Amino acid sequence: MSALLVLEDGRTFRGESFGAAGETFGEAVFATGMTGYQETLTDPSYHRQVVVQTAPHIGNTGVNGEDPESSRIWACGYVVRDPARRVSSWRATGGLADELVRYGVVGISGIDTRALTRHLRERGAMRAGISTTEDDPVALRERVLASPRMEGANLVDAVTTSEPYVVPAEGERRFSVVALDLGIKTMTPRRLAERGIETHVLPASASLDDVLAVRPDGLFFSNGPGDPATADPQVELLKGALERGLPFFGICFGNQLFGRALGFGTYKLGYGHRGINQPVQDLSTGKVEVTAHNHGFAIQWSTAVPPFEPVGTRYGRAAVSHICLNDDVVEGIELRGADGSLRAFSVQYHPEAAAGPHDAAYLFDRFVNLMSATEGR
Amino acid sequence: MPRRTDIASVLVIGSGPIVIGQACEFDYSGTQACRVLRAEGLRVVLVNSNPATIMTDPDIADATYVEPITAEFVERVIEIERPDALLATLGGQMALNTAVALHERGILDKYGVELIGASIDAIQRGENRESFKRIVSEIGGQAARSAICHTLDECFAAAEDLGYPVVVRPSFTMGGAGSGMAHDADELRRIAGSGLAASPTTEVLLEESILGWKEYELEVMRDRADNVVVVCSIENVDPMGVHTGDSVTVAPAMTLTDREYQRMRDLAIAVIRAVGVDTGGCNIQFAVDPASGRMIIIEMNPRVSRSSALASKATGFPIAKIAAKVALGYTLDEIPNDITTREGSAPANPRSWTPAAFEPTLDYVVVKAPRFAFEKFPMADQRLTTHMKSVGEAMAIGRNFTEALQKAMRSLEKPSAVFDFTSDPGDREELLERIRTPYDGRMGDVVLALRAGADVAEVSAATGIDPWFVDQMLLLTEVAVDIGGADALTPELLRRAKRHGFSDRQLAALRGLTEDVARGVRHAVGVRPVYKTVDTCAAEFAARTPYHYSSYDEESEIALRSRPAVIILGSGPNRIGQGIEFDYSCVHAAMALGEAGFETVMVNCNPETVSTDYDTSARLYFEPLTLEDVLEVVYAEQRAGPVAGVIVQLGGQTPLGLAQALSDAGVPIVGTTPEAIHLAEERGAFGRVLGEAGLPAPKHGTATSFGQAQKIAADIGYPVLVRPSYVLGGRGMEIVYDEAALRDYIGRATEASPEHPVLVDRFLDDAVELDVDAVVDADGELYLGGVMEHIEEAGIHSGDSACALPPITLGREQIEEIRAATEAIARGVGVRGLLNVQYALAGDMLYVLEANPRASRTAPFVSKATGVQLAKAAARVMLGSSITELRAEGLLPPGDFVDLPPDWPVSVKEAVMPFNRFRLPDGRTVDMLLGPEMRSTGEVMGIDHLFGVAFAKSQAAAFGTLPTSGKVFVSLANSDKRHMIFPVKRLADLGFSIVATSGTAEVLRRHGVAAEVVKKLWTGHEDDGSPNIVTRILDGDIALIVNTPTGTTSGGSPRNDGYEIRRAAITANIACITTVQGLAAAVQGIEALRRGDIGVRSLQSWAEAWTR
Ligand SMILES: Nc1ncnc2c1ncn2[C@@H]1O[C@H](COP(=O)(O)OP(=O)(O)O)[C@@H](O)[C@H]1O
Ligand SMILES: Nc1ncnc2c1ncn2[C@@H]1O[C@H](COP(=O)(O)OP(=O)(O)O)[C@@H](O)[C@H]1O
Ligand SMILES: [Mg+2]
Ligand SMILES: [Mg+2]
Repeated sequence: MSALLVLEDGRTFRGESFGAAGETFGEAVFATGMTGYQETLTDPSYHRQVVVQTAPHIGNTGVNGEDPESSRIWACGYVVRDPARRVSSWRATGGLADELVRYGVVGISGIDTRALTRHLRERGAMRAGISTTEDDPVALRERVLASPRMEGANLVDAVTTSEPYVVPAEGERRFSVVALDLGIKTMTPRRLAERGIETHVLPASASLDDVLAVRPDGLFFSNGPGDPATADPQVELLKGALERGLPFFGICFGNQLFGRALGFGTYKLGYGHRGINQPVQDLSTGKVEVTAHNHGFAIQWSTAVPPFEPVGTRYGRAAVSHICLNDDVVEGIELRGADGSLRAFSVQYHPEAAAGPHDAAYLFDRFVNLMSATEGR
Repeated sequence: MPRRTDIASVLVIGSGPIVIGQACEFDYSGTQACRVLRAEGLRVVLVNSNPATIMTDPDIADATYVEPITAEFVERVIEIERPDALLATLGGQMALNTAVALHERGILDKYGVELIGASIDAIQRGENRESFKRIVSEIGGQAARSAICHTLDECFAAAEDLGYPVVVRPSFTMGGAGSGMAHDADELRRIAGSGLAASPTTEVLLEESILGWKEYELEVMRDRADNVVVVCSIENVDPMGVHTGDSVTVAPAMTLTDREYQRMRDLAIAVIRAVGVDTGGCNIQFAVDPASGRMIIIEMNPRVSRSSALASKATGFPIAKIAAKVALGYTLDEIPNDITTREGSAPANPRSWTPAAFEPTLDYVVVKAPRFAFEKFPMADQRLTTHMKSVGEAMAIGRNFTEALQKAMRSLEKPSAVFDFTSDPGDREELLERIRTPYDGRMGDVVLALRAGADVAEVSAATGIDPWFVDQMLLLTEVAVDIGGADALTPELLRRAKRHGFSDRQLAALRGLTEDVARGVRHAVGVRPVYKTVDTCAAEFAARTPYHYSSYDEESEIALRSRPAVIILGSGPNRIGQGIEFDYSCVHAAMALGEAGFETVMVNCNPETVSTDYDTSARLYFEPLTLEDVLEVVYAEQRAGPVAGVIVQLGGQTPLGLAQALSDAGVPIVGTTPEAIHLAEERGAFGRVLGEAGLPAPKHGTATSFGQAQKIAADIGYPVLVRPSYVLGGRGMEIVYDEAALRDYIGRATEASPEHPVLVDRFLDDAVELDVDAVVDADGELYLGGVMEHIEEAGIHSGDSACALPPITLGREQIEEIRAATEAIARGVGVRGLLNVQYALAGDMLYVLEANPRASRTAPFVSKATGVQLAKAAARVMLGSSITELRAEGLLPPGDFVDLPPDWPVSVKEAVMPFNRFRLPDGRTVDMLLGPEMRSTGEVMGIDHLFGVAFAKSQAAAFGTLPTSGKVFVSLANSDKRHMIFPVKRLADLGFSIVATSGTAEVLRRHGVAAEVVKKLWTGHEDDGSPNIVTRILDGDIALIVNTPTGTTSGGSPRNDGYEIRRAAITANIACITTVQGLAAAVQGIEALRRGDIGVRSLQSWAEAWTR
């Protein structure tokens, strides 16, 4: 079956259908990881996005029950060059194409994904449509233009858990943490659990009282899809928590909300960072970590370019802690008290990896240390 | 961290001659490193004995010592140069082992030289297999069960414990030297015995076999702030048991989930930290059980390697360059990634670059395929094992695996490597049985097995090749069936075939067309490749570096240009007879033409080379060197801007062979025209050229049948030299002494070369062979670059014989005669550019053996020995400059070789042979005799005022220092005895004791040389129970062996007379001289050594004396 991909600026690619038949619309973004397609597809942050894989061979290791980062595929469209015909992995339980069909994900294969990626790099991420039913690019483009934009999109409610649940600590419980599910990945509570943290995952609609009712040692905000500028209730919740001196750690969307709580704005990147090879520098140590990224928005600091000077806020002194070495995007911020001690921090990238390198796993330890220090205070 | 300021000068050690397992990848890495160090303002001192390298060009280092890479010689260099630091991680195992030796002798301490890159401790921890295993378990990884053994008895005990088969691996070697798989005690005795001998620490490791597991490599880079990145993952298509150097490999890994990959990455990083490689690149190998995912760490190399060169080319991340920078103290975040400019998405962008502190991501697939030379060693065991046997490799890039795989196969330039989709595949069961053991060509048989109806699971079970790869090959067979069965070659079908890498020739075969017609159809419907860019980042950032590969995809990325382009065709995978020397000339052309204002465009597919470094030329096309692929590059470049022409005469026979077809297709060839090339290459035409010039050639004839050959041979008289026409490196060439041998030969040779007839030449006995390199301009003016006199007589291939420049026994008159003859040939042929002529001087007669209107193997040697850049001059001449103009520019000196001052130093080139790498199926090494068929893999050079000293240096560099005392074993063919008396007597006078076989001893005694008599072919013990000569050689009782062969070769089988002796020499690594002339030269060398007046001197220092 043939398929058609049309971008909002009219650029058209013709290929083969991959996955479900039908039609889909979303924001076209490219991801450069060479491994981890299953983790990518199931990452809730890709909700309403059409994911273009730059790695040509996708599906070689099939799918298995262990690697998904959530209960389903979230990407709304999938673009690959050469899907695997045969699966090879001792862990595989099935093939990727079937999995896409199962979740109704419309995809396209056999197109020049590099040309598409270069186009998105030059023109920026934009809306796209994939169809196996429409043959006329003009008609499809009209529907693309009618589909919603990512700017201003509030998608958290669509991906968050409906019910609270608890992920127990592995071994002895040292701390309990509330994780606000803005699109949380499975690996995150697991990383917390490994460190003796019991994680209470709450829906994104939870109130500060709901949070405090758990009597947590710390608060965690997860990654998630959509425009951070729309997440006002969660920003308010976070402000309340900071007011009370609750240790905080945020990832990705959580980082953006932390930035907003501290008074910074967010902006949309031209084409975002999506890959597992991004160099991030920890400004306190100068060390570089190779990290997993998946973000289209970032924090707007008080200055546009480095050096990013610290800024006083009502909760303490805020500083940029991490930057991306490719483009100086703010990748992490932190809040310190009057005594200089760490109070809250967040990163724009994914220390839980999955997919991606484990270089940034130390951030979970930092969270543990933060809670220990707070306990002692 | 900025770079260290406490280092002002660095000694870099190269890797010496090209040998199996250590090839021109170290020229590539060393050249990069030297350039980086110099750009940092450091004084760079280089030691490398290999003259064919770019790194030994005098402008790459401040002081270039073309001297043997032994602790003794390097110490002398240190004594003179007093470098602050030694960088030994870029010259392969050779440099690493030399650094360890220098350390152990206290030389580094004595002169206060700091080892940078990897410390001695780290080297020991990484290279010593025992300590490495300990580290692996400390970091929570797994190693294969194993035992370290220092004696054979320990080996037997350990093998009982581990269970056969066991893998034997010596410490501190590379390319699997001395390693192997032992299935029983007998095999263990043999393999472990030579393994113990191969290891500098007499240590081998026996290991449980994990044959058939998936094999992977990671290339890792670390800086002194402990930032670590994984540059590339490589998956071996051939599973464990086939050395990675002999495997078809793929980058990136294709069959790992992110979990497994990250686990591997974590382990690799833990290994590099625990081993303590402070800065630089490392290669770490893994095995994965396909059934359970159990992961085992096989080994690590604490240095850049063949795989890091491959990884650099595969990703665009220049590992050696970055390794040199981090060795100086830079951190990865301070080093820009050359390939990308920065187009950040930050609001305002202060930087214009992205850093090297990242991990390249690929949006294409890279396949590397090995190139073997078994045809040169027909008796050798061709099964692939843990011991590397390939002599070169080709790399190909495609947008998917099938495209890359098929491109890689045709890049090998071996018709049999290209998948066969048309002939009868043969019997399924037979094929499935055959592919169980790995051998050169197994991939092709996998395709046949699939065509014969085997399914993916069966093939995968038989070979251990992952089913995903097998399925990709099945996909190829399906596409082939569709093409063959279609009513017409539609554009859709063509596009589909092309996306899976089918060549026009393969399409033609499937459709019963000629290649030209298939191409014509394809062009008529507009199916052409596009060119993509290797950019390290999967297009996330804009690339600045035009490093391209073709693909049948939608969008091309070739930039328009206004300067005229010159397209230089490289030499493809290294093979015996066509290696680094040709790459050297191509690189020089790129340099010279770039400087002269041309846009240089390199086309090549050899990942080991300097020519495929992305900054050697203005543009790089990583493409196979077939007519189709070259035509498409030319077409693409012609659409990008003006093309001044294509250079075919620098890359050896590969591009030369394309000249006529390119020209027929309307492609402008610069330099010697295809018609002129034909004049030199076609026997009849060349005979006429010689006739007109009044130059004699050995009597010869051309035969298309045995009957004809028989008649020609009878006419000109035996012995005759026979060979197929149009060959390089004396391929298939043999000296034939009688009719029976002739009949035997024709049977085999016509098989080797069906399209070409057999040439029969009068064999010139006892002739002095001369090699001449010259540059000729459009007006026919000739610059005589050099005349080399071979040490061995004619009959031993010029590539395998040692030679001296200036010629050691020729006078000026003879050189002038040679010059005149060369000029006449140049004029007759119509050469424009480089010309290489081989002469034989028999009696007083100068015979012309052959003329090659192209760069020769000796061009770099001549350039080093005379200080004149011949290839650069030739490239300029091809683009229209005259010799006079080049002299005015200073690229050529006034006068030429004839005008060299009489006190010019003597340079000796010696060839290095791969005999120790090849074994007969019964485990014995192949014979080491030299002949008209070239079998050497590399060369070294020694330079001094005196021939003896230069020769001694060349021997030290090639084989190890000549002995100055001890026992010499002499066993000579009758015909050689009279010539040998004098040199053997001289050895006796120098204090050597002589051991000889009875006939030889008798002749010596008559000349007053006392010799101990031993039996020759006696195996076991002498009558009185004393060990026989073979045992004595193996025991190291003999310091030097002189053995000239008797009888004739036939079919390359070992000549039994002295074979056991020569074999023992190889095993025990003892100098073995097999020619009269070699002995005479060796005696001079030994005398020089005994005088102790062997100094070292840099090329730059020689050059000061050279200003004529
Ligand atoms: N235990 C083993 N069982 C089977 N094959 C092995 C084993 N160890 C190594 N090999 C094979 O031998 C090759 C060479 O071994 P390696 O340790 O990498 O030595 P080298 O230093 O020569 O590269 C490997 O590439 C692998 O294919
Ligand atoms: N007529 C001959 N008599 C003696 N030796 C010869 C003769 N022709 C060739 N040879 C020897 O064979 C070698 C290879 O021959 P050559 O014609 O140079 O082939 P190639 O093209 O392989 O270099 C020469 O280097 C020379 O030593
Ligand atoms: Mg190895
Ligand atoms: Mg020759």
